[in-house]
Amino acid sequence: MSKPIIATTSLAGCFGCHMSILDIDDRILQLIELVEFNKSPIDDIKTFTKQCDIGIIEGGCCNSENVHVLKEFRKNCKILISLGECAIMGGLPAMRNGIPVKECLEEAYWGGPTVGLNTEKIMPNDPELPMILDKVYPCHEIVKIDYYLPGCAPRADLIWAAVVALVTGDELNIPYELVKFD
Amino acid sequence: MKEKISRIVENFGNDAARLMDILSEVQSEYGCVSCEAVSAIAENLHISEVDVIQTRSFYHFFTEEQVGKYAVYLNNSVVSCMNGMSDVADEFQKQLGVKFGQKTADGLVSLHYTACIGMSDQEPAAIINDVVFTSLTRNKVAKLVADMRAGKAVNDMVTEFGDGNNANPIVRSMVKNNIMKTGPVVLDAYEVGLGLSKALGMDSKAVIKEVLDSGLRGRGGAGFPTGMKWEFCSREAGDHYVMCNADEGEPGTFKDRVLLTERASMVFEGMAIGAYAIGAKEGVLYLRREYKYMKALLENVLTEMRSENLLGNNILGKGFNFDIRVQFGAGAYVCGEESALIESAEGKRGEPRNRPPFPAQKGYKGKPTIVNNVETFCAAARILDRGAAWHKAIGTPESSGTKVLSISGDCNAPGVYELPWGMSISEMLTMVGASDVQAVQVAGPSGICLPPAQFDRKIALEDLPTGGSMIVIGNKRDLLKDVVLNFMEFFADESCGSCVTCRSFNMILKNSIEKVVEGHGITKDIDDMSAWSEILRKTTRCGLGQTSSNPITTTIKNFRPLYDARVKNVEYQSDFDMSKAVVESCAVVGRSAEIHE
Repeated sequence: MSKPIIATTSLAGCFGCHMSILDIDDRILQLIELVEFNKSPIDDIKTFTKQCDIGIIEGGCCNSENVHVLKEFRKNCKILISLGECAIMGGLPAMRNGIPVKECLEEAYWGGPTVGLNTEKIMPNDPELPMILDKVYPCHEIVKIDYYLPGCAPRADLIWAAVVALVTGDELNIPYELVKFD
Repeated sequence: MKEKISRIVENFGNDAARLMDILSEVQSEYGCVSCEAVSAIAENLHISEVDVIQTRSFYHFFTEEQVGKYAVYLNNSVVSCMNGMSDVADEFQKQLGVKFGQKTADGLVSLHYTACIGMSDQEPAAIINDVVFTSLTRNKVAKLVADMRAGKAVNDMVTEFGDGNNANPIVRSMVKNNIMKTGPVVLDAYEVGLGLSKALGMDSKAVIKEVLDSGLRGRGGAGFPTGMKWEFCSREAGDHYVMCNADEGEPGTFKDRVLLTERASMVFEGMAIGAYAIGAKEGVLYLRREYKYMKALLENVLTEMRSENLLGNNILGKGFNFDIRVQFGAGAYVCGEESALIESAEGKRGEPRNRPPFPAQKGYKGKPTIVNNVETFCAAARILDRGAAWHKAIGTPESSGTKVLSISGDCNAPGVYELPWGMSISEMLTMVGASDVQAVQVAGPSGICLPPAQFDRKIALEDLPTGGSMIVIGNKRDLLKDVVLNFMEFFADESCGSCVTCRSFNMILKNSIEKVVEGHGITKDIDDMSAWSEILRKTTRCGLGQTSSNPITTTIKNFRPLYDARVKNVEYQSDFDMSKAVVESCAVVGRSAEIHE
């Protein structure tokens, strides 16, 4: 039987959740025995080359490209997991929610302390640039999400336990310490 | 500015506990409480700026940005919307060329929405600089805008006056009482002082016993036995306080407004009786800011009562001292919760306290305090005059006396009705001339949405308890959109944000019902709303979060087909709309939003 295939991506996140994936340390050797990776920063495959079993999403959706990638993941993965605070709730990027987009962009490109060289007040508008959404959306408001792994970042042990349980079909036993944050 | 603010602060004895009054005066004077004003207030009160800011930011009648010279607060509650609020709002926007939430370029007028202002029997209504304008129409709005442009004083913009004390030269308000039915306890003929003089002739314990025996229970809606509350409080040591909760913010309630207009002395007399019973020297009437137009009337009644020796020192020659001050809120529904009300009266954010200790043990200024509803104090005054047995004989065995109801919505005769407890909803509907009724919202948004099949139920604390709000919803209404969504928007706005679940779930529930109303809902959304409502109910500190999901849960229970007709039975459906989501950012750079589908 072929190995289950995993894809991962970081949308509006900080890559901290991916760092946490790497924090499984030497278990990564066991992981590649268990699964195959497809589209993911881990192997740098940029586009889906086949249907996957598990898609792991870090980050919420703050721009049109995030939405596009997320929908691609839904199409190409049987199971989608929201990994971490930003994917689940929008996280830190969602702090702009409630502030008009215009104000955010003007602060970022015109008014901020590090943009003194932009004296002509240029607003980036290359056709290749994705558009910022009216607010940052958690993934489950855009597509169906099957599982949620909380944390900022979720602990490596939690990610390991969840992925192994999914792949092996064993019961998931998560000690309370792995999902409590106070 | 600095000197002026020093004077304002000095007028309130440089007392940080009077911050609400100080902010209120500064707001009226400058149309805002600016950063500069905050610094000056903080300096004079010797508190930090953050302490001032946190109170200012809590109440929606205090603003950091300057409001217009005329600040229009239009009520967008359910009944206002039923009676044509959107036309009125549209006319304001058209006439002034600005949207709600904005101010005209010349700074003359700003437009704001506000929650129920206690005028549900004469909506749509708006408050402009503390003056109330009722039964608005497009024509009336055009006239108001013309008057504002002409620089007319707000009081001069009122051309007709209401009945009773509304027409009193010191009030001159167009608000109508609409007293449709009087009852024996509160709205019957009344002579000030009879109850108090009898009380002062009795031992304070005997007064409490009288109230206990009368079966009087709190008229704010919770129905806690009044005598028991007084008894608990009287047992505590030290200074005691009496507070009257006149913050009626439950959408659809307006009876306290009428009682304070026509029975203010009865309310104050009841407070004095309560004070004598528990041993208090000071009382506070906490009045919602929306009723500021009554200020002169209430102050006048207090002055009269002092001159008749019914308040002040050595009342009626019995050696009892008690006086009352009026404390205004500044627009926050949650302040109707008694511990939040106390916090607010102390000049702080109106965030409910953890209980216990209850206010009867540790209330205003940390001292034992009774907090009772306006109507409860009225009833207490009458009970001391006519006796416990007389009161006990009215109503039902578990709910003695009468209830003053505020009835509004789709009926011929909205207004105030004082009825003995125990009347059925269908009898009530006949009385107010309501036919073709889809539902009755009993006890406001935090109560229940009652279907016709249950109209034989009784208005009584043991069956359908209510603080007085009764909204009749006709068959032509879209119950989920016009009522449930409006209520959830209200709760999402009014949650104080202190409890995480209340802060977030009210918003989430509002978004979910919106998703259903807009046709994007699925069956799972209904199940989710039920489950989340249960979590919200169990995990919040005060009554707001414990009841704010009721519009959803009671309609899911009683009007399930309305939901089923609107949702799809699919596994997942998003209401995300890319072209809408990028409208703003595309506008900033001048791109078309179409290409991002």
